Amino acid sequence: MKTRNNKAWFLVLPVVLSVAFSAVVPLMTVINYSVQDIIGPDQKVFVGLEWFKEVLRDPDLHGAFLRQLIYTLVVLAIEIPLGILIALSLPARGWKASLSLVLIALPLLVPFNVVGTIWQIFGRADIGLGGHLLASLGLNYNYATNPLHAWLTVILMDVWHWTPLVALLCYAGLRAIPEGYYQAAKIDGARAWAVFRFIQLPKLSGVLLIALLLRFMDSFMIYTEPFVLTGGGPGNATTFLSIYLTKLAVGQFDLGPAAAFSLVYFLIIQVVSFVLYTVIQRTTNPAAPRQDTP
Amino acid sequence: MKAALPRATALKTPHLRPRMRPGSVLLPVYFILLMLPIYWMITMSLKTNEEILAGFSLWPRAVTFEHYREIFTNPAWYSGYLNSLTYVALNTVISLVIALPAAYAFSRYSFQGDKHLFFWLLTNRMAPPAVFLLPFFQLYQTVGLFDTHIGVALAHLLFNVPLAVWILEGFMSGVPREIDETAYIDGYSFGRFFFRVFIPLVRSGIGVTAFFCFMFSWIELLLARTLTSVDAKPIAAVMTRTVSASGMDWGLLAAAGVLTIVPGALVIWFVRNYIAKGFALGRV
Repeated sequence: MKTRNNKAWFLVLPVVLSVAFSAVVPLMTVINYSVQDIIGPDQKVFVGLEWFKEVLRDPDLHGAFLRQLIYTLVVLAIEIPLGILIALSLPARGWKASLSLVLIALPLLVPFNVVGTIWQIFGRADIGLGGHLLASLGLNYNYATNPLHAWLTVILMDVWHWTPLVALLCYAGLRAIPEGYYQAAKIDGARAWAVFRFIQLPKLSGVLLIALLLRFMDSFMIYTEPFVLTGGGPGNATTFLSIYLTKLAVGQFDLGPAAAFSLVYFLIIQVVSFVLYTVIQRTTNPAAPRQDTP
Repeated sequence: MKAALPRATALKTPHLRPRMRPGSVLLPVYFILLMLPIYWMITMSLKTNEEILAGFSLWPRAVTFEHYREIFTNPAWYSGYLNSLTYVALNTVISLVIALPAAYAFSRYSFQGDKHLFFWLLTNRMAPPAVFLLPFFQLYQTVGLFDTHIGVALAHLLFNVPLAVWILEGFMSGVPREIDETAYIDGYSFGRFFFRVFIPLVRSGIGVTAFFCFMFSWIELLLARTLTSVDAKPIAAVMTRTVSASGMDWGLLAAAGVLTIVPGALVIWFVRNYIAKGFALGRV
């Protein structure tokens, strides 16, 4: 059992202060924007929940939200299983393991806009390897004009960039399983699937929770990569929530609605993350004391 | 998946981990797909712009280091790298220094509001950037941290510290509590115990956390670009500006892209053993 000791707050205080410094004031400012109509630098009118009502009725927003949801689900459905599979197939030790780890981690270290640039170049039929290969196969691939191709490119780009995160976390989780478990499974004559289902997967639940939450949050707020690739196009095809929000805030300078929408967006991510967090924690260690609901 | 673990091979392998047969096909294919875009960028960075635009070639016909020379001799370019490296290093160090005691507190003690606090920390990763950027800019300008390395480093704490606490807490929970108690009985003070005994025990956790802090701070662009103009401008922002100003200088862009991967590759090389050595101690 953990010791109850409120002095532990002193150990947490630096973290709380440093995060609060950047978190509290911007959040309050955004809340402030969301209930006002800002006409000029010194002219503001309190409008209450008017902006919230307006954005929730906005059909373009519904479209962007739907696209966002599909995108995140597809990306998670590919990256999590693929990441686990790769982690299971990687060599466990030796120079091959080191080399694989370094190679796998490379895409993670590419800045967001460079990821967009790499794939923008790679997919072009005239100067890109990928686009050229597809063209020589007789496929008329063009992410700039064909919505389906744009979608495939954006998903492939995300899978390329972020599956390594899932794989690395799972790989490290697998290395932490004591050899005794495998020996016991062998004595019982367990098949590979049973070993995976009853030993590896439960032991991975902790790192999978981190991977799942990180990937959910980041893919749900994806902005730079599709923006660099096609600017949210062709048409509105890859205008995900963050891109739409930026168009609203910067393009049309509708700060009020954009702020109201940011708060709704923020809340959705928090609620989903909280549900995922609580559900996974409860299903994986049912013996643990129940979490308080904030 | 069904075909995996044929008995004969499983008995022959010295360690008893089940061998996944699909891996023998999956891994090479995956690595090829992984490396192709990177290979292409490296190739492009070594070609002249004429060759890039003239037509398709799988490797450079005449290797040129012109693009790299441009980056290493033009202060507008290389200062971008120095700026990014400076604030990323600052951020990684600060994140670790403040996250270590906090993670210890979360792993060892229960205290008023601990669960709420933990989740609140995590929620700071979840703010959609577009609208939050404006108040960020105003805040950092008001307190005089605009366009400073420490300013960007502080702003990046917002998403790195919660993650650092989360990962470190996992590692620390894997260290038996008896070790703490024994140390206290032996007369160690908290500080001496923490630095002499505890930190060495969670070394691999610190390595992994450092990698993640470095990575997320290095690839972040929106905040870094918003909070800087000249003196602390990150390389990623330099790349977008220069490209739009001089048309499309593909070779230079590719060279700059290659150089953004190099520092991270060095970091991962140093922490690879920590990652291999059982990341998830407390989480499994």
